[in-house]
Amino acid sequence: MTLTKTLQTAIRALRRNITRSALTVLGIVIGIAAVIAMMEIGKGSSASISRTISSMGANNLLVMPGTAASGGVSFGAGSVVTMTAQDCEAILRDCPAVAAAAPIVRTRTQVIYQDRNWVPSFIYGTTDTYLEVRDWKNLTEGEMFQEAEVRNASRVCLIGQTILREVFQNQSPLGKELRIQAVSCRVIGVLAAKGANAFGMDQDDIILAPWTTIKYRISGSSGGQASTATSSGSGNSGGASSDSVYPGAASVFPPPADAQSGDKPMPVRFANVDQIICAARTGPEIKTAIKQITELLRERHRIRPGEPDDFSIRDMTESANALASTTNMMTNLLLAVALISLVVGGVGIMNIMLVSVTERTREIGLRMAVGARSRDILLQFLVEATLLCLIGGIVGLLVGRGTALLVQKILKWPIEASVEAIIASVAVSAVVGIVFGFYPAWKASRLDPIEALRYE
Amino acid sequence: MTGPLIQLKDIRRTFHMGEVDVHVLKGISLTIDSGDMVALTGASGSGKTTLMNMLGCLDRQTSGEYFLDGEEVGGLSSDKRAVIRNRKIGFVFQSFNLLSRTTALEQVMMPLAYTAAGMSDRQARIRAKEVLVQVGLGERLDHTPSQLSGGQQQRVAIARALVNRPPLLFADEPTGNLDSKTTIEILAMFDQINRDEGITIILVTHDPTVAMHARRNIRLRDGQVESDIASPTPAVRLNTVSEDAAAGAAP
Repeated sequence: MTLTKTLQTAIRALRRNITRSALTVLGIVIGIAAVIAMMEIGKGSSASISRTISSMGANNLLVMPGTAASGGVSFGAGSVVTMTAQDCEAILRDCPAVAAAAPIVRTRTQVIYQDRNWVPSFIYGTTDTYLEVRDWKNLTEGEMFQEAEVRNASRVCLIGQTILREVFQNQSPLGKELRIQAVSCRVIGVLAAKGANAFGMDQDDIILAPWTTIKYRISGSSGGQASTATSSGSGNSGGASSDSVYPGAASVFPPPADAQSGDKPMPVRFANVDQIICAARTGPEIKTAIKQITELLRERHRIRPGEPDDFSIRDMTESANALASTTNMMTNLLLAVALISLVVGGVGIMNIMLVSVTERTREIGLRMAVGARSRDILLQFLVEATLLCLIGGIVGLLVGRGTALLVQKILKWPIEASVEAIIASVAVSAVVGIVFGFYPAWKASRLDPIEALRYE
Repeated sequence: MTGPLIQLKDIRRTFHMGEVDVHVLKGISLTIDSGDMVALTGASGSGKTTLMNMLGCLDRQTSGEYFLDGEEVGGLSSDKRAVIRNRKIGFVFQSFNLLSRTTALEQVMMPLAYTAAGMSDRQARIRAKEVLVQVGLGERLDHTPSQLSGGQQQRVAIARALVNRPPLLFADEPTGNLDSKTTIEILAMFDQINRDEGITIILVTHDPTVAMHARRNIRLRDGQVESDIASPTPAVRLNTVSEDAAAGAAP
């Protein structure tokens, strides 16, 4: 008997008992619908949980310059000046596992507004991608500075909630001039509250400004880190001036007179940064990202094989592990629920198919009498069960999808459509049909035609 | 009537009921010619159903040889016997054994689905229609069993048995569930099939009037052939039945 004919026979048989077929399918429909709805709702929740965790910085990687030592005295992490803003751009361009990267220039100094002053925990010079890296895109007021402001080393800044409270006493600071050391910067935005980090540091005690501004206007004039940078870094092959980083940038200093430049050559302004902060695309990609960044920076810094890195990469292992284990647990939980519902549905199918075999004993006997071989009977019942499961799978898929959308609409839960779940549930329903349909079909095929024909 | 269609040599069948062996057939030797019409009679427990199951390739003998159309079929595997049943044997049952909620046309097409040669759906439909017209149900192709009378249901069953053009037709108490008028109709139809198509028919019955329509009457008793006689003046009987049937079937 050909497969098409078996299929026709199966469809006819199912149509003859349409009510029973529908009831049988119901089990699978509910099973698959539960799986799809659970997967979509679960994936949505899982994604929102991992977004929450990664906003705590779990996906972040910190690339720091290496250690300098002189006469056996180490100057500690970050004491060599090898990282540049170009490194940051290269990381973003050449490391596929990195979603975003921002350079950071740090300083610590006093800020003054009218009669109030404050020393913020963090004064970061960075680019507009910093907020993306830190997953901190929501501002309560104003907006982030853009690339043009970084090029021009504009005197603008964003402030955190603590600064807003302490310096501006919760008055809107937009457009006000905040003096950082001796440089007056216009406040263009206020960051949303982020609270303390894992070590109790107040993350809202922060000022963000273009890194060029911090580097060349603020810390440069204070002579702090910039002087070490120029002294040890000028002439370094990896070094570059700000002009080559941002071609066409406005000149920060007035052009020197000929005599002046002849008398006192202008030092190359070495555009090093204190660190680069990167965000891996996903938690599991952190390891790949580290590998890619290491390879890239070794190549850019021309480090020969065997020589130690002149930089170090730190990841947030603790938070990253929390992220990974949460995601894993959610996935396993969903898988368990899915399996249970499918097994229940499958047992339902087997149950009904067994009843069906008993009820149709005479039909089986007749089919055997007119020439059906046992494998024809086996195939017919197997195809019937599989067909039921497939129909159930497809209907269940629609019902599940509908339920998930309804949940999203009414309960406002996040959902996420899952193509894998859709493919898997259809495949699984077919497999369930074959597995749980096999025993009844086998039983049917083993009937003795004489007994079957006489069965009442 | 060209050579023997069925040849049995010392057929025995023993059932093992727990500790006890029940000998149902105790050495039956028979020859049935092609084109014959035979009645198999006997009291309950005489072994006639067992013999029919064996002749119909539904069962296997414990010992002895069974040649169907020159081929020893007793030793074949169940799959091969299924093929033989499909191609060479038609069955008509007392209780019709039609599929519920299935149209007459689909009932008749059913055996064709198991035919190895493979027939397209359209060909199968044409062939099934042809046979249904032959049994006088050309107007009722789309009727389900519940919409048909007992006689009509049995005619659907006969059409189903004939659809593969088998050389041999078994009828197990074919008129047991029918009234006397319909019985005559159905028997007339068997006569016609036997005469026109040359199909060998074996009627299993305990009704002597039905048995008398056959040309040959084999009577079993205790698993052995008790008597094997030609029916009295089969030609006369055939004629009368045909006329009766004609009168009854086409009012």
